[in-house]
Amino acid sequence: MNVAIDTSAFTEEAYELLSELEDSLLELEASPTDQELISRVFRAMHTIKGSGAMFGFDAVAEFTHEVETVFDMARNGTIPVTKALIDLTLAARDQIRSMLDAAAGGEPANEENAKRIITGLRALSNKDGGAQAAPTAPQGKAQAKSSPDEPNLFRIRFKPHQEIFSTGTNPLLLLNELRELGACRIVANTENFPDFDSLDPESCYTAWEIFLTAQINENAIRDVFIFVEDECDLNIRQLMDQESGMVDAPGKKIGQILVERGDINPQALEQALQPLGDRLVQAGAVSADRVRAALTEQQVIQEKQEKKKSTEATTSVRVPSEKLDTLVDLVGELVTMQARLNQTSSSLGDHTLQLIAEEVERLTAELRDNTMSIRMLTIDTTFNKFKRLVRDLSTELGKEIELVTAGGETELDKTVIDQLNDPLVHIIRNSIDHGVEPPDARRAKGKNPVGKITLSAIHSGASVLIRVEDDGAGLDAKRLRAKGIEKGLISPDDEISEKEAFQLIFAAGFSTAAKITNVSGRGVGMDVVRRSIEGLRGSIDVSSTLGKGTTITLKLPLTLAIIEGLLVKVEQENFVLPLAAVEECVELSREDIHKAHGRHVINVRGEIIPYIRIRDRFEIEGNAPQIEQIVISEVDEKRIGFVVDNVIGQHQTVIKTLGKNFQHSEEFSGATILGNGDVALILDLNKMVRYVEDEETKETETP
Amino acid sequence: MAKTIMTVDDSSSVRQMVGMTLKGAGFTVVEAVDGADGLNKAKANTLDMVITDLNMPNMDGIALITALRALPNYKFTPIVMLTTESQATRKQEGKTAGATGWIVKPFKPEQLLDVVKKVLG
Repeated sequence: MNVAIDTSAFTEEAYELLSELEDSLLELEASPTDQELISRVFRAMHTIKGSGAMFGFDAVAEFTHEVETVFDMARNGTIPVTKALIDLTLAARDQIRSMLDAAAGGEPANEENAKRIITGLRALSNKDGGAQAAPTAPQGKAQAKSSPDEPNLFRIRFKPHQEIFSTGTNPLLLLNELRELGACRIVANTENFPDFDSLDPESCYTAWEIFLTAQINENAIRDVFIFVEDECDLNIRQLMDQESGMVDAPGKKIGQILVERGDINPQALEQALQPLGDRLVQAGAVSADRVRAALTEQQVIQEKQEKKKSTEATTSVRVPSEKLDTLVDLVGELVTMQARLNQTSSSLGDHTLQLIAEEVERLTAELRDNTMSIRMLTIDTTFNKFKRLVRDLSTELGKEIELVTAGGETELDKTVIDQLNDPLVHIIRNSIDHGVEPPDARRAKGKNPVGKITLSAIHSGASVLIRVEDDGAGLDAKRLRAKGIEKGLISPDDEISEKEAFQLIFAAGFSTAAKITNVSGRGVGMDVVRRSIEGLRGSIDVSSTLGKGTTITLKLPLTLAIIEGLLVKVEQENFVLPLAAVEECVELSREDIHKAHGRHVINVRGEIIPYIRIRDRFEIEGNAPQIEQIVISEVDEKRIGFVVDNVIGQHQTVIKTLGKNFQHSEEFSGATILGNGDVALILDLNKMVRYVEDEETKETETP
Repeated sequence: MAKTIMTVDDSSSVRQMVGMTLKGAGFTVVEAVDGADGLNKAKANTLDMVITDLNMPNMDGIALITALRALPNYKFTPIVMLTTESQATRKQEGKTAGATGWIVKPFKPEQLLDVVKKVLG
């Protein structure tokens, strides 16, 4: 992102500081030991230097740095404030002024003069040697020096010190940042948790081991932890690199790994051979968490090796996709049955049966993950199709456009990929037609006459982000607004933000194309794209800078068949909310309702959040309990509450589509069968909110 | 709901640059001209993050960080300090006082947003 900064903000401030500086210096001459005056001079120089460099006045910054250095010494009492120092500083002040004048188009500043002042100042501070240029920021991601084409596998042991929260650090954000670097397996180590009685909720007891596969070097990982270096124990080790195959010997045994990691000593290993992990834990030689981490390490390495092998000799079987669909359906049934088995076994209280049920649960989870992974396809075939589309369309429109793709190896559920094609075609067509300008117009704007559209895919948690980015004209918020008013989508009195103006392109019946071309603008708008993306339980977002380009981001779930849900209850009815959207659950008491004077809003820690009562929405009969629960969720970047009687908990939800008879009930994205055989409806939060909003608009329009 | 970030700096140009960058990224911005002003505004507002300069009249950045950490509402709030390379020891002082991280001046708007994302999520 680029932010244009007006340099006049700096020059105005600098002139002001310089005139203050003159006064301070003259006062200082009268009372040369006044610490406050010395600090004031130092601060003025410091600000001019810092801001100067930031606003591109490098020469000013470099020169002022010299003066600041000397005054820093005066401030620390290393050198005294003498008349010579004040004379030189006054001269320096005039010099800075003339440098600023020069930058504003005045006479060029006298460089000889500057050199003379610097020499004088250096003599005062007794400091020889070259001055340091204004420092550059080491912030931001350090570029991996030699980033190999193939990813490396790292093991990161991150153990925050207990008091890490007191610096406002959230370790989970660091883990998220690692996830953005590449594929992560994270194992939490909770062995340091004290008894509940002695647990201090403001301390951090958890440590993590992260196995990261990414095309980066160690420095990029260290950068993530730059702020907490002193507040954690951090150990990063490269376990495997693609070129040499392994850093360590392949096929290592779990005991070997534990010994090498320093978690146990070799004697403990000797004593505890055989069902190793368990025996070690029982013997108290190592905590269960550490064994788990080591097991993960073993697994990750094995997987990597298998992957390597499979790329060396690819053997594959082609199967009709219906067969796979049936398999996924069956696995879904199995997951449902297994939940039932769990429930029954725990209600019977039979220990042996429970053990079996747990084992079945583990196997089912594995079977599910495996089956899902079979359906995962890389997106590169879809991406490649667009090369031709871009080439043909741009020729037709007399434009020159290059298509760049990235992240083609990203995997997505086959169903998602199949349904992604049309929306993507539409978005790319829009970019070619409305986004990228004709070569002449681009040349006139000083841009490369060849436009660029970047199509990329990247994993982000349980979702995949697909971006279509063009370097074209960008969206014009003013034009969008005018069009919105013309189409009656907003009223002329509405004050809307730029972001809200961009959102208008997704409204039904909105098209800004001045003329309808063969390519886009046939009435099928971005609203259709949005609906199909939401149909895939994804979301769409747009960002744009006028004159620079537009980016459309699609966020899609990895799979459509199973979601993590939050199971809730209203009377005897079960509902599932997609867990990804849920942020928190809070109580709603009668008193809260009373305080809001009949409006459906609640104050959650100072934030006013509107809510929808599921009981009222679906006209469920009965009386609400004294204390209800609000599930606060993020819908369309807004926080909205859904009021239910009870929150049951997390539920792995196998989605069953509703039958034909119920297809008009848009507020549900499907249904699922619970462990006890009951049916729960899965709520489509986006549609629910939009539905309620529409009704409200109707009410206000017809009072 | 937009998150609120306070920028504390005695330099109006830095405040303006930080303010514009953050507003451009969709944040709500509260500006304060020095540590004392920052402390008052922190008490009067609910802030999600604080970005403070170190060298300021009327209570410097370190004192502000210490004072904020003593308030129950700001015990765990991310606080980022603006430092210059010449202030390496100040950086350490700031960390000890409870700062979450730092941005080295001069910086570009993109770098500022990177750090905000890093500590605010």
